[in-house]
Amino acid sequence: MEILQNNLVLLALTFGIFYGARQFQKWTGWIVLNPILVTIAVLIVLLKLTGISYETYSQAGGYIEFWLKPAIVALGVPLYQNLGQIRRQFLPIFFSQLVGCVIGVVSVVVIAQAMGASRETIISLAPKSVTTPIAMEVCQSLGGIPSLTAAIVVSVGLFGAVFGFKVLEVWHVKNPYSQGLSIGTASHAVGTSRAMEKGASYGAYASLGLILNGVLTALLAPFILKIMGI
Amino acid sequence: MIRQCFIIFACLAVGEVIVWLTGITIPSSIIGMLLLTALLQLRAIKLEWVKGMSDFLISNMGFFFVPPGVALMLYLDLIKAELLPIVVATVVSTVLVLVVTGWIHQISEKGERVRTDDGDTAE
Repeated sequence: MEILQNNLVLLALTFGIFYGARQFQKWTGWIVLNPILVTIAVLIVLLKLTGISYETYSQAGGYIEFWLKPAIVALGVPLYQNLGQIRRQFLPIFFSQLVGCVIGVVSVVVIAQAMGASRETIISLAPKSVTTPIAMEVCQSLGGIPSLTAAIVVSVGLFGAVFGFKVLEVWHVKNPYSQGLSIGTASHAVGTSRAMEKGASYGAYASLGLILNGVLTALLAPFILKIMGI
Repeated sequence: MIRQCFIIFACLAVGEVIVWLTGITIPSSIIGMLLLTALLQLRAIKLEWVKGMSDFLISNMGFFFVPPGVALMLYLDLIKAELLPIVVATVVSTVLVLVVTGWIHQISEKGERVRTDDGDTAE
């Protein structure tokens, strides 16, 4: 099975599984079968079965993950296109972001602590709502496990992408701008990519939530954890 | 295409330089995003110069998260040991963030609009 460890084979496999998962979702119409989620699950099972280590896979995966940073830069385009609208609503946006950021960090820490999670896990969970590079940075500086944070961040993003709009509708958040903003705040770039599919203005507000919560969490999380005695 | 790549990677590179110079903990990609928005707003670059590339990157952003997601396999034991706290804490907290952020924005945005309609803040 040595040929399976070839970077190009692993890359082709990743593209192929994702394509298959997307076709399968289209065919079934089930939103739960998120192609990102399905691809991750299939790859993990496959790697475990063939005994390929994550280190080997990540050499190939690195070529894909690399595009995450340029993709975040590209979000500047929808942000620019909606700047006028956003400027008019600056106060509501800023205030909801500030509360969202504090609630996101405090609630996850309180619940995890109450349920007996270890200190390392709690720190790794704290920046869960923000985009991977920021979350890993925050986690590292506080003494958590950055790659656990990365994995949790992706899971949170998937949860937001799959269930986010449903949750918002159930709780009567109907305004499309508020919906976009919340999705970006709670589930960063994965949620934002889902919001983009719904429409450019949802996406623009989601990218705004992604940016503001990212910056606020990077600035506030260390203080919040200190105050909470973690 | 080359110009599109140049603009996006230049924004990213400037972000890296700013992080390197100042040592701030904001990722270079976020700085690059804000820089791109500013350049477009200041008319320093035209929208057509980045539109194709950025549309491509944004519409495939989800796919780029697959490899960091596969990293979950490294922590299956830790996650299994603390499965309940991890799942409950993240799900409840994510729902809270979604709903509270949405509510506050929805209510205050409506308030702001009503105020404008009354003519209080209208110019």
